[in-house]
Amino acid sequence: MSGVRVLVGTRKGAFVLTSDEGRKNWQVDGPHFGGWEMYHLKGSPADPDRIYASQSTGWHGQVVQRSDDGGKSWKAVGNDFSYATVPGTHQWYDGTPHPWEFARVWHFEPSLTDPDTVYAGVEDAALFRTVDGGQTWQELPGLREHGSGPHWQPGAGGMCLHSIILDPSDADRIYIAISAAGAFRTDDGGKSWKPINKGLRSQGIPDEEAEVGHCVHHIAMHPSRPDTLFMQKHWDVMRTDDAGDNWREVSGNLPTDFGFVIDVHAHEPETVYVVPIKSDMEHYPLDGKLQVFRSRTGGEEWEPLTKGLPQSNCYVDVLRDSMSIDSLDECGIYFGTTGGAVYCSPDGGDSWSAIVDNLPAVLSVEVQTLR
Amino acid sequence: MTTIRVVLPGHLRNLAQVGPEVTVDIADPPTLGSALDAVEAAYPVLRGTIRDRGTNKRRAFVRYFACNEDLSHEPPDLPLPDEVVRGREPFLIVGAMAGG
Repeated sequence: MSGVRVLVGTRKGAFVLTSDEGRKNWQVDGPHFGGWEMYHLKGSPADPDRIYASQSTGWHGQVVQRSDDGGKSWKAVGNDFSYATVPGTHQWYDGTPHPWEFARVWHFEPSLTDPDTVYAGVEDAALFRTVDGGQTWQELPGLREHGSGPHWQPGAGGMCLHSIILDPSDADRIYIAISAAGAFRTDDGGKSWKPINKGLRSQGIPDEEAEVGHCVHHIAMHPSRPDTLFMQKHWDVMRTDDAGDNWREVSGNLPTDFGFVIDVHAHEPETVYVVPIKSDMEHYPLDGKLQVFRSRTGGEEWEPLTKGLPQSNCYVDVLRDSMSIDSLDECGIYFGTTGGAVYCSPDGGDSWSAIVDNLPAVLSVEVQTLR
Repeated sequence: MTTIRVVLPGHLRNLAQVGPEVTVDIADPPTLGSALDAVEAAYPVLRGTIRDRGTNKRRAFVRYFACNEDLSHEPPDLPLPDEVVRGREPFLIVGAMAGG
């Protein structure tokens, strides 16, 4: 029997939400690692019972947890994220050079084929990889040592590498994104990287069309179209159809194109979801109404989805890794809020209900489709 | 070899799956640094959670107390107090009161 498992990272622990394919009746397990910030949990596509979790606090730093039984039990694995070469400097908020310093893991991206291989995006921005199930981590230094590195600077949340997309058709191609450096692509398995930010325009940086310096919030891809990416930038929703070489804006009729999350329907590569947020100064929905917007045309034309979502006095945020999509026949959409709710739509966004209402602030949501 | 008592903060007890107080064997002469080395050797999962893995510098929101004294800013070769060495008093690793 098929079902789903939703992995929720919050400011004060992790939660595992499970349901059968009806997605009406939920079992809630947690908190796991109560009191710790759980930036991200993600399961292996090759072995759904293998889950990796990023656990950290300002007191005690980074811990990595691994489960081999679908989140029932956990074991701490390696937490040594030492940069492979002597770190140089990037720009600090005041424009002065600042040494690269590891702070935390923002995102785990398990290999599509090997449960022991996982990529980790960290702050200060770098890409690490384990090939032994998390026991040891090695940096792929070509990214950090890209010539533009000294000019990267942190966004308000830190200089984090938050998006990692593995191309299912080409094992050597990986996309990543960094706030606030922009998007990068490797075509040689991580040895060398090129910025892929042509077409992005960002007010607030001296050259609005600079090669690097853009605050990319999240990137999504449909596995059947690995050259097409959708991006929620600080402002603007963007699209590329040539693997990032050129981007174009597809914000269209969105009421505001600021936001953090973006994702693609499991079975319809041109159906895209975003959650518009009022502005860079006011990180909450417009008019106190929580709305998901769906485009069935790959952008430009968007429709609000509100059935079951709070439509008054709602002033929560939806953070960049807090939307996920299952691959059941009727595609389910999930997102979590800083108000501690996790919503599920079992019908592609037409209607929504809260699985849970009052968790700690949600940092990440990842769903696994179990068959 | 000296056996000392060590009290860990709640988060680290959970991580190491131990109770409020543990005992560890430390090399002579017993110092602040050798006590921390011994804790990390006995509980490898705690590496990086008390001190920076690379520099061994105390994490900013961790404190070291013993015999009503704050040893947080002392050098690693500081001899441990006799009462700790004799096992009459514990060495305390404390999460600083901060945050929300």
